[in-house]
Amino acid sequence: MKDFYLIYKNLTRKKMRLFLTTFAIFIAFLIFGAIMTLRSALNSGIEMSADNRLVVMHKISFTNPLPYAYVNKVKAMDGVKDVTHANWFGGYFQEPTNQVVTMAVDPESYLSVYPELVVEPEQLENWTKDQSGILIGERIAKANNWQIGDRIPLSSNIFSQKTGGQTWDFTVDGIFKGNDAKVDTGYALIHYKYFNETQAWGGDSIGWLILTTTDPALNEQVSKAIDENFANSNSETKTSTEQAFNKAFIDQIGNIGLIIFGVVFMAFFTILIVVGNTMVLAIRERTNEIAVLKTLGFESSRIFKMVLVESCLLAFLGGLFGIGGAYLIVQGAAKEMARFLPNLILDEAIFGQALIYMLVLGLITGIAPAISALRLNIVTAFSRG
Amino acid sequence: MTTENLFELKNVAKLFTKGKETISIFEGLNMHIKKGDFMAIMGPSGSGKTTLLNLLGGVDQPSSGEISFDGQRIDNLSESQLAKWRANNIGFIFQFYNLMPMLNAAKNVELPLLLTNLSSSERKKQVATALELVGLSDRAKHMPSEMSGGQQQRVAIARAVVSDPTFLLCDEPTGDLDRQTADEILEMLQLLNSKFGKTIVMVTHDPSAAKYATHTVHLNKGKFVKAEELLV
Ligand SMILES: Nc1ncnc2c1ncn2[C@@H]1O[C@H](COP(=O)(O)OP(=O)(O)O)[C@@H](O)[C@H]1O
Ligand SMILES: [Mg+2]
Repeated sequence: MKDFYLIYKNLTRKKMRLFLTTFAIFIAFLIFGAIMTLRSALNSGIEMSADNRLVVMHKISFTNPLPYAYVNKVKAMDGVKDVTHANWFGGYFQEPTNQVVTMAVDPESYLSVYPELVVEPEQLENWTKDQSGILIGERIAKANNWQIGDRIPLSSNIFSQKTGGQTWDFTVDGIFKGNDAKVDTGYALIHYKYFNETQAWGGDSIGWLILTTTDPALNEQVSKAIDENFANSNSETKTSTEQAFNKAFIDQIGNIGLIIFGVVFMAFFTILIVVGNTMVLAIRERTNEIAVLKTLGFESSRIFKMVLVESCLLAFLGGLFGIGGAYLIVQGAAKEMARFLPNLILDEAIFGQALIYMLVLGLITGIAPAISALRLNIVTAFSRG
Repeated sequence: MTTENLFELKNVAKLFTKGKETISIFEGLNMHIKKGDFMAIMGPSGSGKTTLLNLLGGVDQPSSGEISFDGQRIDNLSESQLAKWRANNIGFIFQFYNLMPMLNAAKNVELPLLLTNLSSSERKKQVATALELVGLSDRAKHMPSEMSGGQQQRVAIARAVVSDPTFLLCDEPTGDLDRQTADEILEMLQLLNSKFGKTIVMVTHDPSAAKYATHTVHLNKGKFVKAEELLV
């Protein structure tokens, strides 16, 4: 495009104005990128939860353990398909700040309840056979640069070994992936049996149960039946769908999300007015120059395009910096918040959405001045000047 | 139609409507401009000189009548056809130079060439030639704000001739310049006319400027008159 130099010179002719408008757009897209990532992370938990999966916890709190015997009792109930269980190991690598979320599970049943976790058959077989083996999620593997065969010591901030110390040595036998990019792979799995035998507290207890129903329509009925079954026992239960479980947790943050979402739109609205106004002023200042270009033989439609390209360039300049800044912030935050918000990723979808918004911003802020440039009459423009 | 006439105006009328009011600038105007002419147009303010140049330059269109350029009607062309026609045939020189303030001299001169199919290197070559013609080769990288009025007007002349149009339109090209600089500019126009065969129409208030032209016409209230009539 031969006119690009001209457009570029117009865009950059007032450095301070360019800086301020770019900065305003930068801020808007910084907020946009960060908030949209947060929102998608919050939603992914709900989206990804299977609709026939139920979670059974101790009625008082999920930190209270349940007896192991519940596994078989629940398995025998009507409408229940598969049952598995998990214990919170906690876990960190070398430093308490370097968290590795780890759960002690029964390999076979756990993976049948969570079919979205994908493991190579060979790796799965090795892990199933290896009592002190660990199956790590892809994200954990990448974050720590761990490979199959690595021996990694994990420390628990809750449990101690019978032989003393709080650190267990595990061998990485496999790495699980998700069957969808949004599946959380930011945790690791160890053998419940091995954990139970080696930890100092003893007692066959489990953290919580996860089960699938034969039909999502039975969810409510099955939950009720389980909780009634264990009512008046030492360990009463509270059963909810995984979706409800995730949603209850997220709703608390979700409302805040809605408010922040409003803020994003306020920010965009303000930017639209600020940038739009700047563009109108910029083009009005150039009335005489546009008339000269037209006199020289530049067609109106060409000048129309030049103005639109300029406003879009401005939007993309600020927008790309903004989304880039958001990406860096998200990268930083993702490490800190991996435990609560595993899916804090500014992914292609959000980036694509941002690009569309940049284009829209550029077109909206450029259209009015572009039309006035299109319509500008040479004779009247010169007689005014 | 004689081919030696570059321009031919037949029975041209031009009206402006301002709200309810209609002002007639020209009525039944006839005129012709020969190829190779250097015509000066003089006349009091408001007599219609700029309006006439706008009609000749295809920047404005007559309310009625015919305007032909080189045997071709231009009064019935569309806006976009006129733009192309201007780019191909006319060089414009304004009183206040009208350079783009954010472009250096060379980039200003290059503007009309953006409307051609020339490659970047061909454009550069033509720009260099045009700047050399006006004696500003050493100022190619200077911004308009770094140049005197006379230098800016020479850049404007280079811009007007860079695409080699046959016809140059100048609206008070020396109106903003001191005597000596004005003479330099006028000599340059004279050279373009005599040596490069450009047909030139120049509006001026300055009788000594008109002396550079091959002949002068006088406009008063939208009509061509004899010089003596103006003095009365
Ligand atoms: N766009 C326009 N709309 C209305 N009236 C105009 C316009 N342009 C020029 N005029 C009027 O036409 C007359 C001639 O103007 P102009 O050609 O600029 O005169 P000159 O250049 O000889 O001073 C003036 O009375 C001016 O007010
Ligand atoms: Mg005038």
